[in-house]
Amino acid sequence: MTHFEASPLLCVQGLSKRYGSFTALHEAAFDLWPGEVMAVVGESGSGKTTLLNVIAARMQPDHGSVHYRMRDGALKDVHAMTQAEQRLLARTDWGFVHQHSAEGLRMDVSAGANVGERLMGLGHRNYGQLRATAQEWLQRVEIDPLRIDDTPRIFSGGMRQRLQIARNLVTSPRLIFMDEPTSGLDVSVQARLLDLLRQLTQELRLAMVIVTHDLAVARLLAHRMVVMQRGRIVEMGLTDQVLDDPQHSYTQLLVSSVLQP
Amino acid sequence: MTAPVLSMQGVSKRFTLHHQNGVELPVLDNVDLQVHPGECVVLDGSSGMGKSTLLKLAYANYRTTSGRIQVLGNSGTLLEVTQASARELLQMRRETVGYVSQFLRVIPRVAALDVVAAALTDGEISSPAVVADARAQAAELLVRLRIPERLWTLPPATFSGGEQQRINIARSLIKPRALLLMDEPTASLDVANTRTVVQLIREAVARGSAVVGIFHDPDVGSDVATRRIDISCFRSNL
Amino acid sequence: MSSASPINVIKASQPEVQVQTAPDVNFAYLDERTKRMIRRAILKAVAIPGYQVPFGSREMPLPYGWGTGGIQVTASVIGPEDKLKVIDQGSDDTVNAVNIRRFFQRTTGVQVTTLTREASIIQTRHRIPETPLQEGQMIVYQVPVPEPMQRLEPRETETRTLHALAEYGLMHVKLYEDIARCGHIATTYDYPVMVNGRYLMAPSPIPKFDNPKMHMSPALQIFGAGREKRIYAVPPFTSVESLGFDDHPFEVQKWNTVCALCGSASSFLDEIITDDQGSRMHVCSDSDFCQERQADQTSAGVKHDAL
Repeated sequence: MTHFEASPLLCVQGLSKRYGSFTALHEAAFDLWPGEVMAVVGESGSGKTTLLNVIAARMQPDHGSVHYRMRDGALKDVHAMTQAEQRLLARTDWGFVHQHSAEGLRMDVSAGANVGERLMGLGHRNYGQLRATAQEWLQRVEIDPLRIDDTPRIFSGGMRQRLQIARNLVTSPRLIFMDEPTSGLDVSVQARLLDLLRQLTQELRLAMVIVTHDLAVARLLAHRMVVMQRGRIVEMGLTDQVLDDPQHSYTQLLVSSVLQP
Repeated sequence: MTAPVLSMQGVSKRFTLHHQNGVELPVLDNVDLQVHPGECVVLDGSSGMGKSTLLKLAYANYRTTSGRIQVLGNSGTLLEVTQASARELLQMRRETVGYVSQFLRVIPRVAALDVVAAALTDGEISSPAVVADARAQAAELLVRLRIPERLWTLPPATFSGGEQQRINIARSLIKPRALLLMDEPTASLDVANTRTVVQLIREAVARGSAVVGIFHDPDVGSDVATRRIDISCFRSNL
Repeated sequence: MSSASPINVIKASQPEVQVQTAPDVNFAYLDERTKRMIRRAILKAVAIPGYQVPFGSREMPLPYGWGTGGIQVTASVIGPEDKLKVIDQGSDDTVNAVNIRRFFQRTTGVQVTTLTREASIIQTRHRIPETPLQEGQMIVYQVPVPEPMQRLEPRETETRTLHALAEYGLMHVKLYEDIARCGHIATTYDYPVMVNGRYLMAPSPIPKFDNPKMHMSPALQIFGAGREKRIYAVPPFTSVESLGFDDHPFEVQKWNTVCALCGSASSFLDEIITDDQGSRMHVCSDSDFCQERQADQTSAGVKHDAL
């Protein structure tokens, strides 16, 4: 598989959403190509989480469309799909890593079952293979495979996030959505998680949309960056360009506000 | 006359600081420049005059305020940098334009050898054979740049400034590219390593690459330059 | 209500039993409209094997947890010509079975029996009779929790969606957990099954030993949950497959011994403590089955020593 894919993986056009008179999202548009990592940055209330949720079919937009290129090459309108199709997509070709890992894991079920669940849902019926696959993935996200039978309740925050990632990656998705994946984690734990993400996205050629308020996360992981303010995309470009040569006043404010240790 | 690898026409760059009452800092004006394969253009001028800015504009790290920048891709296609999509620019950086900055942005936990080797494998799913080959090439380069082997498996975060700079250079030079942009590549290097970098640049130029560089050491500049440009000629109206 | 009470058409088919039906109570206790509602639910359930149909569960003269769902199903389908057998854990003689049987005698006057092969309707709590059922027979199961995934996903909004979309990975997660914790699937009763290849169903707390009896049974199987207000069904000759893994397939229970009374090696055995010294014996849980076998053996002149 070469870089040079013929068509975008995700096409977002004119996406808007309002809650009464409040504009949560206004005319968001971009294309995402396979293997591209895009960060969506902005402060609280900027609409970045709304954007993520609408694109990931967790919310309906008021206007606009989200088209996704399926594995067979067909471009499909995500919001015109049936619920069954959306759920299947969410469990196979997509991943969603939640800010709070408890929302993305079954806390009272073993790590191995958490990782294997998607496969079991797809009809995998060999216990031995499921377990072996789970162990491989735990290793890949740097969780000791001996902990395969432990439940995430006794894992640390960083381990839970890594387990969430493993749970999502087991079906080889092509697009991952992440909502503030490092928030609440200690700095050293963050660094480890980010590095893992960086390696995995490269190895697996994952496309990602990462919502974050942390510009350092964007710098490290993302090829491209989108800056949002009050529901609107105010700037978009290569990550280093947006951070080093911010054009919009809000972007300049964000970049200059970051403390340098 | 072969087509230029890099062409800048009427390029100007002005920074607008919205939070300092919108004050404008003009840096470059009306840049007209063409760089051909096999050329090594050295930019001269005192600091703060826009030399780095010119390189960053060519790399699409900065946006132009006006004007056009074109880069000739490997397949012979001309890319309008100022109009290009993110995807096209990323591809340009992978295949056509390399950039040696003054600083190495350190990625934690990746071994120095792999930092360099990744430049060869980046963007492709690589078989173990390809990875091994990339590592072998990286090793050769690190040997030339006198990075001790005991450091190869360590992440560069703990290296000295000079060592980090050599990793940076290795990373940018290992993959032959049509255009190399170099911003003070020898600033923190000793004489011996500076010699090596000069040699590497000459080899790249001999291969047909074009180089645009800023060298704080005037002797080094003289050693490599096929042409010199004083940046102040792009500031005439400022 | 002016609908004619059919009390006057009850035949006293067992003359020795005094049929005392209370004058104000309709045949089989429920009014006709309620029966119609429940029959409609049953029709839907039969039309969609394994699918849980909500129904308007009525106030019954016994509390939840005592079989109100099963009783409502039986009451809606029973007619004066039916022969009813009621068992609880395989026995016709437990308190539960006796009281439910008497309830139906009082409210319908139908014939009752302990013989599986003679009954047209069998209401059961937690067992399927050993004697294979025939075409034309109906078995009504008492169900405490109709939702097989209830413990894993307590939100009904979510389980409804899972059933609708046939997303059953979660159930296999539970089985996986069992194997990971105990080395084998630890569920021994109410073992989840796949009905007609489409719906995941809780077969009620019958031992997994009985699961194979549900598969391709000539009888009509109806399940009633009174407290949870759900009815579901397995029509005759429908596939019912117990879940498992390829390398940890479904297995029924086995004993190292045979029934102490009739010598059966193929029935579900209960362990009974016989004295304070801890002596124990294994006997068939299905009392009718055991008694029939003993009767056959006695008439054939075979004596069997208790083990």
